[in-house]
Amino acid sequence: MNIVDRRPNPKGKSLSNRQRFLARARVEVKSAVQEALRKRKVADVEHGEKVAIPTRGISEPLFHHNRRTGRTDHVIPGNKEYVRGDEIPRPTGGEGQGGREGSPDGGGDDAFEFTLSKEEFLDMFFEDLELPDLVKKSLKDTTAVDLQRAGYTVTGNPSNLSIPRTMRLSMARRISLKRPKLAEIEAMREALEEARARGDDEEEIARLTRELEHNERRSKIIPYIDPIDVRYRRFDRVPRPNTEAVMFCLMDVSGSMTEAMKDLAKRFFMLLHVFLTRRYRHVDVVFIRHTSTAEEVDEETFFYSRETGGTVVSTALEKMLEIARARYPIDRWNIYGAQASDGDNYGADSSRCVSLLGGDVLPLCQYFAYVEVGDGMGGSLTGLSRDSDLWRAYSEVAPAHEHFAMRRVGDPAQIFTVFHELFAKGGVRA
Amino acid sequence: MPNTGFADAAQLRAEMPLFTGPNWDFGSLRRVNDAIERIAFDELGLDIYPVQIEVITSEQMLDAYSSVGLPLMYKHWSFGKRFAYHETLYRKGLQGLAYEIVINSNPVICYIMEENSMTMQTLVIAHAAFGHNHFFKNNYLFRQWTDADGILDYLSFARDYVAKCEERHGHEAVERVLDAAHALKEHGVNRYAHRSRPNLAEEQRRTDERRAHEEATFNDLWRTVPQLGDDKDDPEANEKQHEQLRQQLGLPEENLLYFIEKRAPRLEDWQRELIRIVRNVSQYFYPQKQLQLMNEGCATFVHYEIMNRLHDKGLITEGSMLEFLHSHSSVVFQPGFDDPRFSGFNPYALGFSMMSDIRRICEKPTPEDRDFFPEIAGCGDPFGVLRHAWANYRDESFVLQYLSPQVIRQFKIFQISDDSSKPSLRVEAIHDELGYRRVRSALSKQYDLSRREPDIQVVDVDLTGDRCLILAHYVHEGVLLEEKTCRSVLRYAAFLWGYGVKLLEIEAATDKVLKTYEAAVEPV
Repeated sequence: MNIVDRRPNPKGKSLSNRQRFLARARVEVKSAVQEALRKRKVADVEHGEKVAIPTRGISEPLFHHNRRTGRTDHVIPGNKEYVRGDEIPRPTGGEGQGGREGSPDGGGDDAFEFTLSKEEFLDMFFEDLELPDLVKKSLKDTTAVDLQRAGYTVTGNPSNLSIPRTMRLSMARRISLKRPKLAEIEAMREALEEARARGDDEEEIARLTRELEHNERRSKIIPYIDPIDVRYRRFDRVPRPNTEAVMFCLMDVSGSMTEAMKDLAKRFFMLLHVFLTRRYRHVDVVFIRHTSTAEEVDEETFFYSRETGGTVVSTALEKMLEIARARYPIDRWNIYGAQASDGDNYGADSSRCVSLLGGDVLPLCQYFAYVEVGDGMGGSLTGLSRDSDLWRAYSEVAPAHEHFAMRRVGDPAQIFTVFHELFAKGGVRA
Repeated sequence: MPNTGFADAAQLRAEMPLFTGPNWDFGSLRRVNDAIERIAFDELGLDIYPVQIEVITSEQMLDAYSSVGLPLMYKHWSFGKRFAYHETLYRKGLQGLAYEIVINSNPVICYIMEENSMTMQTLVIAHAAFGHNHFFKNNYLFRQWTDADGILDYLSFARDYVAKCEERHGHEAVERVLDAAHALKEHGVNRYAHRSRPNLAEEQRRTDERRAHEEATFNDLWRTVPQLGDDKDDPEANEKQHEQLRQQLGLPEENLLYFIEKRAPRLEDWQRELIRIVRNVSQYFYPQKQLQLMNEGCATFVHYEIMNRLHDKGLITEGSMLEFLHSHSSVVFQPGFDDPRFSGFNPYALGFSMMSDIRRICEKPTPEDRDFFPEIAGCGDPFGVLRHAWANYRDESFVLQYLSPQVIRQFKIFQISDDSSKPSLRVEAIHDELGYRRVRSALSKQYDLSRREPDIQVVDVDLTGDRCLILAHYVHEGVLLEEKTCRSVLRYAAFLWGYGVKLLEIEAATDKVLKTYEAAVEPV
């Protein structure tokens, strides 16, 4: 007998089968994912999802007998009361005792339920979305450079001297050229002195002296470390893609924003955050809320505390500019802005917003999205008769800037669609 | 050699238990295996392949589940689906994992889970590495159909071949062929050994012989007699010609995948090879489907016997024995038909009971047993009888031969007939004097694969017309095919065949066509 411990074998042997399965069930899984998204809380967007998909696209049909036709015998255990000749009413649910086991191949029409991992879920979720202008910052105008090890070279800076590599080559050369070792020379010298002390005959002493001189000369000619041994570590300079992003969340928290509106805004921000985390190695989030004044707050306060006051949108934009200039230099950070508001603004402020946005904010940003949240009472907002102050103001800016987008959202079910529109592959339309 | 060292040491302290406590280690696995080996060879007379025990984690066990229990398998989405299915059940706690999986190869590979306690490992080794192993090596169906030496090599070839095809022809193209072949896999097996095809030399010799015979018996007079085939419109002649064509094609043919692989006009070579792979894997499993009851029964009987003997010798502790009995009794639990847990006969339970009963009949027969089993009752050699049964029967014939009235009474087995034209079911036989033989033959039929699976054959190909492939389902007792799955399978069949496929449901007794399905090739 032979015992093999297979536990250390690589995991995920059936991963590729799973991927094939997901690809196969793509249509079903996707609609299930979107359905799930509609229902679940935004706070757990990032967890995996249990999806139940109909077996339609993934059934494996085989020829089966139809148990409802013809005459069949069933032989089964556990008789308690029946005797020969008894008539038993046919069990409802059709086939009754001859039941097929609930195997995945049973060909049933029941939904087939399994759990998607977080990665798989988000992949499905963001499948056909693309970050606008993601490439622009990454390679072209980058200033940051990373050093990357790239083997060894014969020339270089002393500080890059690779001692192990140099010594290895030196040793190889010494061995191949048979350079006498220090210990060997010492031993010969001692032997010579001993011979002299013993008073051996001249010839022997002369031979030993010759040998010693020969070896000493050799060890001088063949140096311990030769310039040809020397190696330096080599570094390539590779431009570092800008993989850090900061996301500014701007929200109006004045009295006119209802809880439902804030909830909508929150969902939008969460989606954006999840999305950015998938594309960038590091994502900072800055929350700026404003009434008639703006302040930077933490997430908790941002979403859950209430403020009262008027609405001056430009204060938030100013705050954003201030923070960006102080902490997020544009050559290192990809800046994204998202603003949510119900569209109310202090009348005279709108023109200031326009100039701030067009003149300062947009040139700084990779992308700026403005989402106007409604109260959802009317379901769809298409029937809105009157554009809000801010909407009208921003509409002036929009045509000139490709990376500025504005949308309206009325109820939670629309969030994903709007988000999808904003980030759909192949550019944005404002 | 540490191996013999262990064996000797174990012999010296034969009264000492082989292990105590729940934790296992490689040393005790080896000691237990050696102890079991002595019992299996010297006392039970088992004959087994060499064993390779592989310790795996629960995730690896799920992997093995999804690739139908084989250690290697080609890639296909359906295995991913199975994995997802089992994983969900397992994570929810609805389904425990099997303690072991054993693979019929030479050497036999026996997976055991790391979570098992040492008692469970002992049980698993006795069950799989000895019970199943003996059955694999000795049963005639496995010997005839399963190439234990070659299966792992073949699977590794299959996996690489499929991967190579995917690289060359794309995932989708390969998937389409595999999907279609999977739909027909249950009709991709040879149910009987075929006559081997004569080789070229043999063919030549027969042709020569035939010619010599014709020359020897030549008589010019026959030339003047009018020939049957001269008249082109003669329906009888056409019929004869048609018959000849069918014979050349080897029709009728029940192995649909074989026929398609060899004869489908538009398949490419790699597609034929893929079909062949599916066919071979299916063929490998064909005996297992016919031997479930006996295979599990044999393994359960063997582990029960071995564990008891280990206990009698003082090699396992009382605590282990109790743990074993607890697990054993849940394995051989048979819920009644009206129990929500019921899903047909539990092969472990029925197999184990039948085999234990054979032992009882051999050792302490009652007059009833002498009546039913005159040739084995009281013969005193239960293991000889059992080894003979394990080697020479399959589920269907085993039940027919050995299901005793005692077991029928124990399980309270009864037979009901379900005639769809009548409003109610009828109890045909129960566990009484009149019923034993009826129940026995009815249960045997229930295990007969040729009755359980639809009897479908290739009967004809329209060679002169639209090349339509004609299949026939021979309907017994009026049981038709399920319509929905039948249509989907036929679409797959049409894809492989390359032209239309027609399926006739023919009543076997009267040759009457009851229903016709047709499927055309769908544009890709």
